[in-house]
Amino acid sequence: MPLETKIDDFINSNGNTEEEAVSYSSKDFSSDQDVRWCPGCGDYTILKQIQNVMPDLGVPKKDIVFISGIGCAARFPYYMDTFGMHSIHGRAPAIATGLKVSRPELSVWIITGDGDSLSIGANHFVQLLRRNVNVNLMLFNNQIYGLTKGQYSPTAPEGTISKSTPFGSIDHPFNPLSLSLGADGTFVARAMDRDPRHLKKMLNRAHEHQGASMLEIYQNCIVFNDGAFELFTDKKSRPRETIYLEDGEPLVFGKDKDKGVRLDGLIPQVVELNGEYSKDDLWIHDETDTTKANLLSRFFEHPQNGEHLKFPRPFGVLYAVDRPTYDEGVLAQNEYAISKREANLDTLLAGPETWDVK
Amino acid sequence: MDIKNQVCEEVTIRFAGDSGDGMQLTGSLFTNTTALLGNDLRTLPEFPAEIRAPAGTVPGVSSFQLHFGSKEIMTPGDVCDVLVVMNSAALKANLSLLKKGGLIIANTAGFDKRNLKLAKYPEGANPLEDDTLSSYTVYEMDISKMTKEALSDMDLSYKDVDRCKNMFVLGLLYWMYNRPMDSTIQFLNKKFGKKPDVAAANIKVLKTGYHFGETAEIFSSRYTVEEADLEPGTYRNITGNESTVLGLVAATKKSKLPLFFGSYPITPASDILHGLSRYKNFGITTFQAEDEIAAVSSAIGAAFGGSLGVTSSSGPGIALKGEAIGLAVMLELPLVVLNIQRAGPSTGMPTKTEQADLLQAFYGRNGESPMVVVAPSTPADCFQMAFEASRIALEHMIPVMYLSDGYLANGSEPWKFPQEKDLKNIEVGFESPREGSEEPFLPYVRDERHVRSWAIPGTKGIEHRVGGLEKEDETGDVSYDPDNHQKMVKVREAKRDKVADFIPRQEIDQGNDQGDILILGWGSTYGSIRTAVAELRKDGHDISHAHLRYLSPFPRNLEALLSGFDKVIVPEINNGQLVRVIRDHFMIAAEPINKIKGRPFGVAELKEDILNIISDKQIPARTKAS
Repeated sequence: MPLETKIDDFINSNGNTEEEAVSYSSKDFSSDQDVRWCPGCGDYTILKQIQNVMPDLGVPKKDIVFISGIGCAARFPYYMDTFGMHSIHGRAPAIATGLKVSRPELSVWIITGDGDSLSIGANHFVQLLRRNVNVNLMLFNNQIYGLTKGQYSPTAPEGTISKSTPFGSIDHPFNPLSLSLGADGTFVARAMDRDPRHLKKMLNRAHEHQGASMLEIYQNCIVFNDGAFELFTDKKSRPRETIYLEDGEPLVFGKDKDKGVRLDGLIPQVVELNGEYSKDDLWIHDETDTTKANLLSRFFEHPQNGEHLKFPRPFGVLYAVDRPTYDEGVLAQNEYAISKREANLDTLLAGPETWDVK
Repeated sequence: MDIKNQVCEEVTIRFAGDSGDGMQLTGSLFTNTTALLGNDLRTLPEFPAEIRAPAGTVPGVSSFQLHFGSKEIMTPGDVCDVLVVMNSAALKANLSLLKKGGLIIANTAGFDKRNLKLAKYPEGANPLEDDTLSSYTVYEMDISKMTKEALSDMDLSYKDVDRCKNMFVLGLLYWMYNRPMDSTIQFLNKKFGKKPDVAAANIKVLKTGYHFGETAEIFSSRYTVEEADLEPGTYRNITGNESTVLGLVAATKKSKLPLFFGSYPITPASDILHGLSRYKNFGITTFQAEDEIAAVSSAIGAAFGGSLGVTSSSGPGIALKGEAIGLAVMLELPLVVLNIQRAGPSTGMPTKTEQADLLQAFYGRNGESPMVVVAPSTPADCFQMAFEASRIALEHMIPVMYLSDGYLANGSEPWKFPQEKDLKNIEVGFESPREGSEEPFLPYVRDERHVRSWAIPGTKGIEHRVGGLEKEDETGDVSYDPDNHQKMVKVREAKRDKVADFIPRQEIDQGNDQGDILILGWGSTYGSIRTAVAELRKDGHDISHAHLRYLSPFPRNLEALLSGFDKVIVPEINNGQLVRVIRDHFMIAAEPINKIKGRPFGVAELKEDILNIISDKQIPARTKAS
């Protein structure tokens, strides 16, 4: 017999379950709080796209929870008219794990930044991915510490001049997608604030994926790191320096779709599609191929002034595979334990051996 | 040879050997048998922090002390009457704990040249052969050899044979103290169910030890300890960590809430994680987190979702959890934080007990961050206080720190356990769903106890945001308003203080409710103080004992109670922590007694310390307290 708890009773009680036809507009997800990011911040478009995508999810508002850590991006939950928690620095994945494991029916979204998830909270970030907790993690990457007014971040390229590194940063940056793949993340994708349509598509994909969905979003910090991703977001350079991945499609890019990536064994090559090579020679994207996903995540050189990148920066879903989720596993084990043994408190309190004193 | 049978009121036995000699198991089995015979008892296991410190060395010695009797037993005993030593290192490490004239049972195989050298005895010296032990009664026997001989007809590995030698000791002591072997035999059959030959070997050696006592003609006495005068009822034996686990299971049952337990392994708290992990059938989820911070954070996440969120650790881990506990204070969510204290600072002495995290519990977070603090006083009391910690957290939407320690955690005592029907329900409810037409939901509206409602995700119409930024009163919106901040700091404190209306009044445990001296203790010092005060009262001193289990807030009547005494003395296993809080709260010249050795108070030393303070203050001992 399943254990009935107050939460089950309560959630299934009348007045709570009567489902009005869930037809929301994006406005329904906008809270009454004034948004306080800097004018022109990339966070605005991301907020807008998340609010836009929410009505499409088919999830009642009452079942959606946004959890953030600390940083500019972490203010996000205040602006969503859902359940939300603005927690402490780096710990949102741990809080989300506790919530999701205890309430698996909820749709849980983590909003985090490069400092929050790759510096102070890096441990929780990789643990969430390896456990494959069924939540969506939105990593707003702006390669800078904004809220603390402009120190270099763990994704800032070597040599970054910032308040704390007036002579240039020395440490080597994280490659967030390689890190995620290394942690055996089951969904690894990248989007950017300046391409809202693609971003919306990626948000949908992240939601659909059963497991920990890691979506890195390039986000421009207009005050402390303006133009960090300009090479990828600028209409002129974008076609040459980026590649949009589609499952089952060849890796084609360039203004006139005149370039592609082929594999020579395991060595990727950029080729011109001008006769010697055609689309048939190219690498066909396969979201379930770990080796290829790792190769793609390594298309990660840092732009040098005026030079083209050797490999275009990939956007889209690099990797998406099914693996049992942590929350399902916990639930199954708990249910098994409940079915196996009666929860008799008196027997438990008495323990293995008792004696009577008369 | 005639064997005399002597009746003893109380006995303390200390089993000591190498970490690999199975002394903890031997002690536990003797304890269970003794409990079943109806004696009152207390135990103190002591073991090294290393899993297997170098065999034969002093740091590798593991001991288990058991104090049992036909009278009330509240401590594991200051010194022992019988010391079992499996090797020379065990003798070296424990001889100072044997009372003069006491009895030593020594395994001579552990006193060969190699072992003496490992124990760092001087070249050529052997305490069994020189006059080191002249003031004790020593029984020497080659336990290793006799074990081997007993098993000579069995096809077992050398290792399996050697591992049986602790059963010889157990059997011998069962004979000496007139205890039956059946409960141990049952245990061995169950434990080695899949290896019947190992079970048979252990049982054979157990019986060999017993028969050795009978037939060896070296022992002149056997001892009987009659049943203790315990309150009628059904009892079991229990350690503090076990009863903490049961208290939490009871709380989840009586609140009808699922329990989410996020923890990271740490000595001496890990047994709570192990225990709860076995009881998933009670609707308990256990999560072994990646670190202490994730452990507490996951519990906060679960509490946000409507579970009873619990995390456990010891001092170093509690330090790491500090920021997240502050978040729970700000979010006003229920959270139980179990601190099984150990000697610090830093890694300190992980397997040794201490009460030095009280000030951390009171003040060890950034900002004005009040939480409730409770502390169990005996191993069995851990059940009650873990239940209380859960009740207060849930009913008052507040984090609660529960301060047990290594001594309570691993020590054991007989427990007249309750039945489910005797336990009160924990009353919790969630904020109700709303229709869009109704007034908007305000998460920080409070009731008359200053408690906000528990508004869990999945509830229609009450979508809202919480966070670590300062809250505006009632709306919970982010606020930097100066007056609002002061108001919120005060209201969070008032909420904590209001809990005092929902806890029992402080009682005097022993003695008059006013007089010369009050010994005010908290936590695991209960047994030592109780015994010391009883003895001092017998000697005619006007002295009383009160023991705090609710520390923040204090019981409402504590100030009045303290004012009834000329002198308040606060013994603690730390450098003086409760004494500071008492002085601060009540402006009285409370005096400390401090022991910081990683061990509980001995009764004799505590009496001496109390008497020193009494004589310094020239408070005369009265002729027999009325």
